Amino acid sequence: MIVVIDYNVGNVKSVCGAFRHLGYESELSCEPKVVEDAWGLVLPGVAAFGYAINALGSLAGLIKELATGGKPLLGICVGYQMLFDESSEYGRHEGLGLISGKVVPIPSGRVIPHMGWNLVELPEDMDLFTGLGEERHFYFAHSYCAEVSDEQARIAYTDYGFDLVASVQKGNIYGVQFHPEKSGNHGLQVLKNFHEICRKSAT
Amino acid sequence: MLTRRIIPCLDVKDNRVVKGVNFLNLRDAGDPVELGARYSDEGADELVFLDITATIRSRDTIVDLVERVAENVFIPFTVGGGIYTVEHMDTLLRSGAEKVSVNTAAVENPGLLAEAAKRFGNQCVVLAIDARRSTKQQGKWIVTVKAGTEPTDIDAVEWAVRGEQLGAGEILLTSMDADGTKAGYDNELNKAITDAVNIPVIASGGAGKLDHLYDAIIDGNADAVLMASITHFGNYNIRQMKEYLRDRGIPMNL
Repeated sequence: MIVVIDYNVGNVKSVCGAFRHLGYESELSCEPKVVEDAWGLVLPGVAAFGYAINALGSLAGLIKELATGGKPLLGICVGYQMLFDESSEYGRHEGLGLISGKVVPIPSGRVIPHMGWNLVELPEDMDLFTGLGEERHFYFAHSYCAEVSDEQARIAYTDYGFDLVASVQKGNIYGVQFHPEKSGNHGLQVLKNFHEICRKSAT
Repeated sequence: MLTRRIIPCLDVKDNRVVKGVNFLNLRDAGDPVELGARYSDEGADELVFLDITATIRSRDTIVDLVERVAENVFIPFTVGGGIYTVEHMDTLLRSGAEKVSVNTAAVENPGLLAEAAKRFGNQCVVLAIDARRSTKQQGKWIVTVKAGTEPTDIDAVEWAVRGEQLGAGEILLTSMDADGTKAGYDNELNKAITDAVNIPVIASGGAGKLDHLYDAIIDGNADAVLMASITHFGNYNIRQMKEYLRDRGIPMNL
């Protein structure tokens, strides 16, 4: 079963609701034992970075250990941003350091937050985007974005006057800046694909 | 490229969707969850649920409604009406809302915007402004509060700028003069606000025809257009609106 990390931030229930809608079981939990036994982990989040990383507390170490050990992990929005080394949102905060990069303000000269549906160019042959074709609209809502120094990890971009990294993957670690749980049927497909990744990894 | 958004607004009173003219003479428009799901199926980019009784009667917005919507609708939605504290926002966001909107509460306590932005990120914090044309000064709009029942002496453009500085991540701008009239958006107001701030602005109030939506985007420079009467009472469905705008060269998620 997939475990959605419950760490007292917004929108965690929407991810569980999306899995339920797809006919998959998932559990919302912050219990270390439950997290350890999961097929895979989703780290969702609607929050400011500093608030989120503090709310994660001691679970941060466990998630890092499990992800490094091969358990599939999907970070969404601020959960995606926490995969990187650090963020400068309301002060400097350390992230999980699973993927090299840092979270910085979206460059000025455009409407910020980047809010709404933007077209994401999808890579071929990436299991997270199976069945979605070359490009799809997904829902974004963020004022900070990741500067991903690990070039190999960048797998999808969107155009917001610059190439904004929309998704990363490093082995079993996945992240999406957009909200698949709020991106209609195409977003649900991403969650379905992640479920498949987790199921394969568990068997 | 980022698309412009079409956002149906569901004004909720006693668990029913209602719609009036200039905030008065309410008509029943259906069940909020069913209507929300229908709009999502038709291709709505987002939904806004406003608990229109909350401010006046000072009761809590319906957490239960938010949970039911989140179970059934997989597009973003904003909830507003009677939200006065960060704890209340937290409950609504945890229940599945993507954003919360504040209006009277922010006027009474502007620090709420800053507090909310620091905790949830500014992308969660929508400042709703109900603006009315000033009878004293031409080309000026004043902010009204308590669901449009009380005028203030605050200039709407100045308030929008201050709201952005405090931490609002979006403005839901309703023209009280145009609301429910189906005579078109107040694009002078929309333009005055979109010129003054750098956060997205949702234009609201007055949509009656498809070209009104186009005008709000082109003349008003609105990032998103919100409507109620024309969708609830069957004049146009969301897909028709999006196809019309796409055919006139506006990027749409279709």
